[in-house]
Amino acid sequence: MARPRRHRALVGRLLLFTAGSFAFGFALVPLYSVLCKVWDTGNRWYGTQTAEAAVVERPVADRLITIEFVANVPRAGDWEFAPQVSSMRVHPGKLYSASFHARNLIGAPVVAQAVPSIAPNSVARYFRKTECFCFTPQRFATGESRELPIRFIVDPELPPDVDRITLAYSFFDLPQAAAAAR
Amino acid sequence: MAHADTHAHDDHHEHKPSGIGRWLFATNHKDIGTMYLVFALGMFFLGGAMALLIRLELFKPGMQYFDPQFYNSLVTTHALVMIFGAVMPAFVGLANWMIPMQIGAPDMALPRMNNYSFWILPFAFTLLLSSFATAGGGPAGGWTLYPPLSLQGGTSFPLTIFAIHLMGASSIMGAINVIVTIMNMRAPGMTLLKLPLFCWTWLITAYLLIAVMPVLAGAVTMLLTDHFFGTSFFNPAGGGDPVMFQHIFWFFGHPEVYILILPAFGIVSEIIPTFSRKPLFGYDAMVYATASIAFLSFIVWAHHMFTVGMPLAGQMFFMLSTMLIAVPTGVKVFNWTTTMWRGSLSFEPPMLFALAFLFLFTIGGFSGLMLAIAPADFQYQDTYFVVAHFHYVLVPGAVFAIMAGVYFWLPKWTGHMYDMALAKWHFWLSSISVNVLFFPQHFLGLAGMPRRIPDYNTQFTDWNMVSSVGGLVFGVSQLLFVWVIVKCVSSGERATDKVWSDAMPLGLEWTLPSPAPYHSFEDAPEVK
Repeated sequence: MARPRRHRALVGRLLLFTAGSFAFGFALVPLYSVLCKVWDTGNRWYGTQTAEAAVVERPVADRLITIEFVANVPRAGDWEFAPQVSSMRVHPGKLYSASFHARNLIGAPVVAQAVPSIAPNSVARYFRKTECFCFTPQRFATGESRELPIRFIVDPELPPDVDRITLAYSFFDLPQAAAAAR
Repeated sequence: MAHADTHAHDDHHEHKPSGIGRWLFATNHKDIGTMYLVFALGMFFLGGAMALLIRLELFKPGMQYFDPQFYNSLVTTHALVMIFGAVMPAFVGLANWMIPMQIGAPDMALPRMNNYSFWILPFAFTLLLSSFATAGGGPAGGWTLYPPLSLQGGTSFPLTIFAIHLMGASSIMGAINVIVTIMNMRAPGMTLLKLPLFCWTWLITAYLLIAVMPVLAGAVTMLLTDHFFGTSFFNPAGGGDPVMFQHIFWFFGHPEVYILILPAFGIVSEIIPTFSRKPLFGYDAMVYATASIAFLSFIVWAHHMFTVGMPLAGQMFFMLSTMLIAVPTGVKVFNWTTTMWRGSLSFEPPMLFALAFLFLFTIGGFSGLMLAIAPADFQYQDTYFVVAHFHYVLVPGAVFAIMAGVYFWLPKWTGHMYDMALAKWHFWLSSISVNVLFFPQHFLGLAGMPRRIPDYNTQFTDWNMVSSVGGLVFGVSQLLFVWVIVKCVSSGERATDKVWSDAMPLGLEWTLPSPAPYHSFEDAPEVK
């Protein structure tokens, strides 16, 4: 019975191939993150969620751009979440502060995380944050409200055709973190 | 059970197992092939009925019969049923019937696995369709299952995921069986470059299947764990990205569209030479073109998602690599045309369907090229133009090729000739109505009618009415197809061994008697 043995070897190789394809599907997950970082696309908040180490102020006095603030909550009614001012006129190279107002309406203590997104996507790397509530999970007691600060500087190298940057935050509660906190 | 064993050395064993056990425990490639084809036909009518309900709702603007949720689940399940229930099983059924007969083998290499891979399918579709009976109805997020929408489905969500797992397992087993059969069981002297093209295209399809079906399984497993186990593959709150799902899905999805068309290329490559009475022009080029298409299918996936936002370089790459596919496809269309050039043509039903395939599939290919243009795609994305495009390549493409194959080999299967006049009626009704059905959808899409929406603005009314009428005629004319097959199984003029004796049928299947014996080649034929 040489034939079945020959089949078995080939079937074994093909099953291995199939398992490899299944694993490859999962390998696409880290691969995707790496490629997004390389090409500065996809997961837009990569790099926007870490603090800049040292920032030197070099204000460009003759250039003004508009920064717009947007606040989102995934489910209406869970949070009161809004920027203190909806937009600012800023000079590139100068450090500014702004803040967002958040109030927990969930009716229980909760840990939440803000996820930033910058539009247009291509200028995300010129928008530097020295301090941001989005860097760490935020703990809120029932009904607690707080001002959440952010300090940022726009890189003077910002391409000349950009006159407006939109910074949007989505405020997510972290169910697992909340469970751990209890 | 003992009778169900079909060993090659069981010579002079024309004895068939009887009763329901013949089908439940089937290991014979012809029995399993028949079950696949009957299952596919049933699913074709079920998916077709869903399509007719969709066309009914779209006959007039405004909401007529269904609430949007039910309409969306019709759209979603129509796609899943037609892709995984009709077209793929029909190709596997043809592979089961024809591959052993074309390569001079007694049966498929792995008959037991063949049985599993078929019998999984009824369970998979029961699971999928039973979701209509649960609270919240059937899956309604589109067959592409994009999160976060698909994650918001109710009970239908896990049922759909498990059904897709089962369908994937079934096609992987079918693919492994095809590869092992073709690699190990060819008659002596049949080298790979003497393989009939239907076997070649199926071999390449089978490799595509085992390369990408597991990726789909992985993607839907990630959806499942995101929904139930708190992972965040696609959830931005936990560091995931919903766009990544689209990348993984279409990494499966684009090779999948070639899984749905390459066996059709093979069937047409068998039929056109027969009825042109000339050998196929450029056999080697056909094989290499098929392999190139398969290779390219892995590097073009993001043309399905130009609008998600990607770097300019990415758009350029996916646009140009997609257009490159037109080259090997053009080689194929050129070779089919050249095979007919100065041939002595006759127009039996299989040839008619193959010719309609050639014309209408090419139209689908051209609209595909339009969609490949990244800047233009921003207008076409998610409109009826896309719907028209993929229905042109799938209905008068894949489905017509399946019908051509059935009309080509049916006398070999049953031993009877079928009613030619009725089959020609089926052809003309189908090929006219399919254009009435789908061609106006190009106009609707270019004018801006979005897909997957149960209502539309009144300026789209006329073409939608035309399309719905075409759909009804197309659906009803498929009953003729069933009638021709049923008549042919029970009665009809006796078919000769060559069946198409006055044409030029090549290939080993025509050396077997009609109807083909239960075990195809008990003694391997010599191939020169």
